[in-house]
Amino acid sequence: MTMEAASTQRTHQSLWDVARPGRSGIRLPESDVPAQAMPEASLLRDELRLPEVSELDVVRHFTRLSQMNFAVDTNFYPLGSCTMKYNPKINDVVASQAGFSGIHPLQPEETVQGALELMHRLQEDLQAVTGMPASSLAPLAGAHGELAGVLMIKAYHDARGESDRKVMLIPDSAHGTNPASAAMGGFEVVSVPSDEMGRVDLAAVEAACDDRLAGLMITIPNTLGLFNPYIARVCELVHGAGGLVYGDGANMNALLGRARPYDLGFDVVHLNLHKTMSTPHGGGGPGAGPVCVGERLEPYLPSPVVERVDADGGARYRFATPTQSIGAMSAGHGNFGVLVRAYTYLRALGADGLRQASGDAVLNANYLRRKLEHVYRVAVDRTCMHEVVFSCRPQRDKGVKALDISKRMIDYGVHPPTMYFPLIVDEALMVEPTETESKETLDAFIAVMEAIAREVEESPDVLLEAPHFTPVGRLDEARAARQPDLRWQAP
Amino acid sequence: MTEHPRELRYTIEHEWVRVEDDGTATIGVTFFAQDQLGDVVYVVLPAVGSTVQKDSKMGEIESVKSVSDLFVPVSGEVIETNQDVIDHPERVNEDPHGAGWMVRVRMSDPSEVDGLLTNEQYDSAIAT
Repeated sequence: MTMEAASTQRTHQSLWDVARPGRSGIRLPESDVPAQAMPEASLLRDELRLPEVSELDVVRHFTRLSQMNFAVDTNFYPLGSCTMKYNPKINDVVASQAGFSGIHPLQPEETVQGALELMHRLQEDLQAVTGMPASSLAPLAGAHGELAGVLMIKAYHDARGESDRKVMLIPDSAHGTNPASAAMGGFEVVSVPSDEMGRVDLAAVEAACDDRLAGLMITIPNTLGLFNPYIARVCELVHGAGGLVYGDGANMNALLGRARPYDLGFDVVHLNLHKTMSTPHGGGGPGAGPVCVGERLEPYLPSPVVERVDADGGARYRFATPTQSIGAMSAGHGNFGVLVRAYTYLRALGADGLRQASGDAVLNANYLRRKLEHVYRVAVDRTCMHEVVFSCRPQRDKGVKALDISKRMIDYGVHPPTMYFPLIVDEALMVEPTETESKETLDAFIAVMEAIAREVEESPDVLLEAPHFTPVGRLDEARAARQPDLRWQAP
Repeated sequence: MTEHPRELRYTIEHEWVRVEDDGTATIGVTFFAQDQLGDVVYVVLPAVGSTVQKDSKMGEIESVKSVSDLFVPVSGEVIETNQDVIDHPERVNEDPHGAGWMVRVRMSDPSEVDGLLTNEQYDSAIAT
């Protein structure tokens, strides 16, 4: 066998390839109780065969898989809009303390006062960051927070006898989850165009401000990574027409300690703790998308919220349901482990640290923008916030797509940026370096992007076939979507 | 050299319409649209027999990049949908103006076609 073949075999090996009948990882003691009849046969799934392997087989298999993982702990990961900042390990140390990791959601409140106090403190910290007077930690992810916000806006209008307010305005640069959440809440989505500077078109907002307006969902900074100088005016217009303003807090990393959504005029904003507050994410979770609200929406917050009651013996904490709550967002109390990590992050940095984090995030993105604008077209030529969007249109005209450039970045040890988003930018690459990367890492990334730009000119075929140095080569994404093969079956 | 045939009419939302000899309208998405979308992986079309209003949403098209709405350029009744394009969405990429057609409509107001773009007008609209 060649070395190459041996390497390929290791890469593709499943536990079934090493399994042998009768092999076992442990020796079970002889049973010292009488054997019992099996339950009804129809309850047993006979297709669930398990591989018979030794402990060493299992350890090698999963260690090998973990080494193939691409993570922020191993490489630069500038995935725009996802804020793949480094997740300090102290977050995990704190979250794994037995008092936090060993408790049960249905335990009596008096036995989990510490956990409730942490949730209450986190609510207060998130309110401080957003300027909002109230919050709920219940939503389990960003889009879940959006849904909570949309349902609160609906409940608000219904309670005022204005159920005819059905129109939700959403800029054309929005995250796709915004229109999806609005539709889930029963609203009609009306798209608002962007002007040539990437800002929401004020005239279009004004034209839609009538008595059918329920609200506006808007991301700040927007998905082009741009500050919107009109944001306060936009909020005024919507409020003037009787609507409410939803803030998608996915890009809050640019604002920490510098601007508060409440002061800008927002009625509700969600925070992605898994992005902004440095808890591990990717691959679908776990996340946390708490919602922070102004006075108008406070009565409608999802349950539970944690209340502090000052009694003779000191402060006590308890779960409560707001008076006109939209109800529970899940069976539990939110993703508690994520909440502990986020609280640890906030306390480790403090107010000054958060302010520096957002400043460094914006500085890093602008450094990349200025250093790369001579090789990649900047989508909108303005100072950016925490992320910068390039358009690979010039490269595409030479036959190399943003997809090909992204695949080639993997060969250079860089995680590809977000591609083809926002939708209003042709051949988009959305780069978010975050504040946790050093100048040396950024300079190395710049060198990679310059090298790839040269390859576009000199040897485009190398890009069209990339990646070359990964365990598997270019995957057939279209076939994966058209004929999904999601479940392994025994041969 | 345009990819968009002279005998079709177009919308700014990137649909094309061909008026057949029997007066019905065949509808699909343009070469430019499929080129922008990339590999198409899923198509949702309206039910046969349903009534559609000009410029209203009639379905969805999903590619490896994004999901977009499909709009119907003319009003009328849907008399046929292309099962082949539902089973094999790649037809949209392979032959957008032919085998990749999507629906046929019996028009309630054939004069609506006159208001659609010519291939020259469409080409200049997408050139910017």
